[in-house]
Amino acid sequence: MFEATSLTRRKQLSEFMARTLFLLMTLLMVVPLLLIVGYLVYRAWPILSLDFLLTNPKHGMRAGGIWSPLLGTIYLVVISLALATPIGVLAAVFLNEYARENWFTRVVNLAVLNLAGVPSIVHALFGLGAFVLFARLGKSILAASLTLAIMTLPVIIASTKEALAAVPKAFREACWNVGATRWQTIRHIVLPNSVSGILTGVILQVSRAAGETVPIMFTGAVFFKAIEEGHFFAYGLFDQCMALSMHLFTISTQVPDVPTALPYGTAVVLLSTVLAVNALSIMVRIRLRSRRKW
Amino acid sequence: MTPGPMIEVAHLQVRYGNREVLKDISLEVGRNEVLGIIGPAQSGKTTLLRVLNRTLDEVPGVVITGVVKVDGEEVHQVKDLFALRRKIGMVAPLPVGLPLSIFENVAFAPRMAGIRKRSELEERVERCLRQATLWDEVKDRLHSLGTRLSGGQQQRLTIARALSHDPKILCLDEFSVAIDPVTTMRIEDVLKSLRSQMTIVLATNLVQQARRLADRTGFLFNGDLVEVDRTEVIFSDHPASRRTYEYVNGIFG
Repeated sequence: MFEATSLTRRKQLSEFMARTLFLLMTLLMVVPLLLIVGYLVYRAWPILSLDFLLTNPKHGMRAGGIWSPLLGTIYLVVISLALATPIGVLAAVFLNEYARENWFTRVVNLAVLNLAGVPSIVHALFGLGAFVLFARLGKSILAASLTLAIMTLPVIIASTKEALAAVPKAFREACWNVGATRWQTIRHIVLPNSVSGILTGVILQVSRAAGETVPIMFTGAVFFKAIEEGHFFAYGLFDQCMALSMHLFTISTQVPDVPTALPYGTAVVLLSTVLAVNALSIMVRIRLRSRRKW
Repeated sequence: MTPGPMIEVAHLQVRYGNREVLKDISLEVGRNEVLGIIGPAQSGKTTLLRVLNRTLDEVPGVVITGVVKVDGEEVHQVKDLFALRRKIGMVAPLPVGLPLSIFENVAFAPRMAGIRKRSELEERVERCLRQATLWDEVKDRLHSLGTRLSGGQQQRLTIARALSHDPKILCLDEFSVAIDPVTTMRIEDVLKSLRSQMTIVLATNLVQQARRLADRTGFLFNGDLVEVDRTEVIFSDHPASRRTYEYVNGIFG
């Protein structure tokens, strides 16, 4: 009675083939990542140590570590996101919770989408003109961070809006019905239930800010700068700084006779910083999601 | 001086863009009266309720004209919109448990209105949950999530929340569409016990529900208020309009 007919056997076969194909494609996606990370770590292995992280580059970048560019990148990422996150989140709350659909919001939304697609070289030139020259900040950490903030802002706005829109409309209406103001509704219901999505969007911008080279080259990053080793506040806001992304570029293309382990080591540190931050964001998201309430 | 009607609507028109959803509605609801509103889907029942607490204003492109008075005040001229909304308890067709604990679901409105004292909140939560006949089922787990309750329980939680800000009017919009008949009957009993304390507007797609509960019943069809009359008249063999008779008796609709 339950014998397989030729029709069901054919269906089983196609089911099997589809499944295998999808699995293969998934694996195909993971393989390059593993290969890249594995190869980088393999080539960088001899040089990876705490000392490598905590000493400045030496001998015209041909020896020493990456303390100065590592700290520079941390400064740039932290300051740019500290500037972009509040502005981006508040703007997104306005656009999603308060603004009505009219020509003004349509223009703003369009601008946000388009800004997110502007090439980084354009942001670099804008930063140079607006912050370095016009605002007279000079080439500095502050000018570079502002440029990175402008660059990440539209993406933060877009991802925050998406996170807010994922909170069901019925919750808002239920709050309004009992006499809660918009702000009370946002504060007590909307934000607590979208914070994991907002955080994810912000943290994804860490890797973007850490990886960009061109905008900071124009606005605050330098070829070489030695700073006090092991001191976390070695840079000032108006100093120029080194950065991992640009350091990687200079030692692999601009300086002759660099021992090969150095660029690989730098790449590993850059990559693992970004991966660590992403892993952190995933953990935060899982934690918050497990408290999800509907 | 005797107080006027609780709700007065005169020549109310509502349009969404070019679509007219309510056409020249006029009606009154007396104090502590139960008004049933029957009518098929898309006839404008929800719109009519949402005009009262002005949540309809949130809909983009909506145009509202005419007079709508709640407790003697024109709703579009009230000084405190949020006080107006607290005067009206709203229950939506689908139960909405806020993503908070059962306790906080009911304490939400009083808290937002500025009540901080724990004892007062506790007293209010218990009273509202009892009124909604949910207290016995949840009294031991007040701090678990309201969204984990069953559909019928969530609907009673929604009613408890609607009562939590001491409304003078309770509006129910097809409250029984998502819940089972037994729970529906329990909530109908709740409404019967509340009728002496507040004005109730009951929009329903179940004509028999209006017959069981309402003092007067209005028949809304395609944005027209065909007629409003005492419930016995609407359900008699001779309501004023032939269409009312046909709808009530299932001949069309």
